Amino acid sequence: MTTEPVDADDVERVADLARVELTDEDVAAFTEQFQEILEYFDALEDVPDVDSEPELVNVMREDKVRESLSQEAALQNATDSEDGRFKGPRVS
Amino acid sequence: MSHNAFITEAEIEGADDGPLDGRSVAVKDNISTEGVRTTCGSAMLEDYVPPYDATVVSRLKEAGATIVGKTNMDEFGMGTTTETSAFGPTKNPVDEDRVPGGSSGGSAAAVANGEADLALGTDTGGSIRCPAAFTGTVGIKPTYGLVSRYGLVAYANSLEQIGPIAPNVGEAASLLSIIAGPDERDGTTREEGKDVEYADAVDGDVEGMTVGVPTELVEGSDEVVRERFEAGLDELREQGAEVVEVELPSVEYAVAAYYVIAMSEASSNLARFDGVRYGNSGGFDGDWNETFSEARSEGFGDEVLRRILLGTFALSEGYHDKYYKQAQEARAWVKQDFDRAFETADVLATPTMPVLPPKLGESLEDPLQMYLIDANTVPVNLANLPAISVPVGDSDDQPVGFQVIGPAFGEKAIIRAGSALE
Repeated sequence: MTTEPVDADDVERVADLARVELTDEDVAAFTEQFQEILEYFDALEDVPDVDSEPELVNVMREDKVRESLSQEAALQNATDSEDGRFKGPRVS
Repeated sequence: MSHNAFITEAEIEGADDGPLDGRSVAVKDNISTEGVRTTCGSAMLEDYVPPYDATVVSRLKEAGATIVGKTNMDEFGMGTTTETSAFGPTKNPVDEDRVPGGSSGGSAAAVANGEADLALGTDTGGSIRCPAAFTGTVGIKPTYGLVSRYGLVAYANSLEQIGPIAPNVGEAASLLSIIAGPDERDGTTREEGKDVEYADAVDGDVEGMTVGVPTELVEGSDEVVRERFEAGLDELREQGAEVVEVELPSVEYAVAAYYVIAMSEASSNLARFDGVRYGNSGGFDGDWNETFSEARSEGFGDEVLRRILLGTFALSEGYHDKYYKQAQEARAWVKQDFDRAFETADVLATPTMPVLPPKLGESLEDPLQMYLIDANTVPVNLANLPAISVPVGDSDDQPVGFQVIGPAFGEKAIIRAGSALE
């Protein structure tokens, strides 16, 4: 099975999900590249199911108050702040 | 002459004494340095100044190192040539018409050119080993969990490690000892690297060592690279190592699996760049969706956008099982293949890169072709293993790197084998 053709709508849908604005030119270029790259990724369909035991363990620590960044330091890279808080654009 | 190895030159003095007293170290620009801007090679973070040090930077300072600057890199580590940097490409000091490899190209160029004694890079799919191979230096990608990632700006956090680049195996091993070991601020670090003197393994003693060669990762290399690789194997044989063939059938799928996983993780990790807490701002005129989109489109370059979009696609409804889940299956398979190979071999060997360094400007037109030259390095990251790249002479006046891969936390074995090639 091969990928269904990638069209401009697919690229625009994903760009919208990822909060990225694309020009028509970008969309055209990405559509062509994505077709080629996704066809290459399609080979993964032939990978067999693998029995694997995860080696993961939870790493816990005590929930204790300790020294952390000052509010000033945490805000120093923000474009704008107000009353010690980050300032962002309006929600709607 | 400047090769554009540094994005920001600095002079950060460490402690008055220590094993790195008097030594200069260049640090890749995705590793946080308190008070010194850390851009990740991106316009997004052009003015970002971290309020804290990465753990590895604290350890360099405690060891007495002088940090001489932040090195150029592919934007957020996404590239194999250091050409996707928003600050322009780095030239290869060995041949200025060629790329130094990537994504830690600035770190490798600084060491190759003598602008720093040592350097730190990061390796997500080969980003330390590739530039080491292309500049004739030594680079080590540690086992996942050996070195703290606290303060490293994440790209694909299940794959990446910080590691050393140096002019020779001994100095790379010594630098690894300084940065390795557990860190309470990174829950994925392990006890294994605590107080280990890796330079003790720089004895070249490969007598009786079994070196496995995965044919799948040699056949795809250019003839000029294979000649030097075979000469390296001969050197190991002459010193008493036994060379055997091993099979890694899963690696056929490694590049696809690697890119699906790396892009998926990138789409999630880079979601934080909305221009509010740090980074390029989209202003305050539109609603948040509009301004976040504006901030991101302005701040990210083409390769970063490509990976964010493809990663978002691979995780999106209807495609997750086909791409992301299958890539995780492939990753588990690659790990099993390596486990099996290490039942017969102590270490594995391959050419680090299947090609000689490309000319500047040659690689950006065709992204898939660029991804494919990572074939020999990405399996190591998928399997969380350590690997070293050591120079094995020149072909057509270009350096060739010899990669030695070890079992998990087998850094001493790869350092020992690497030192036998010097």
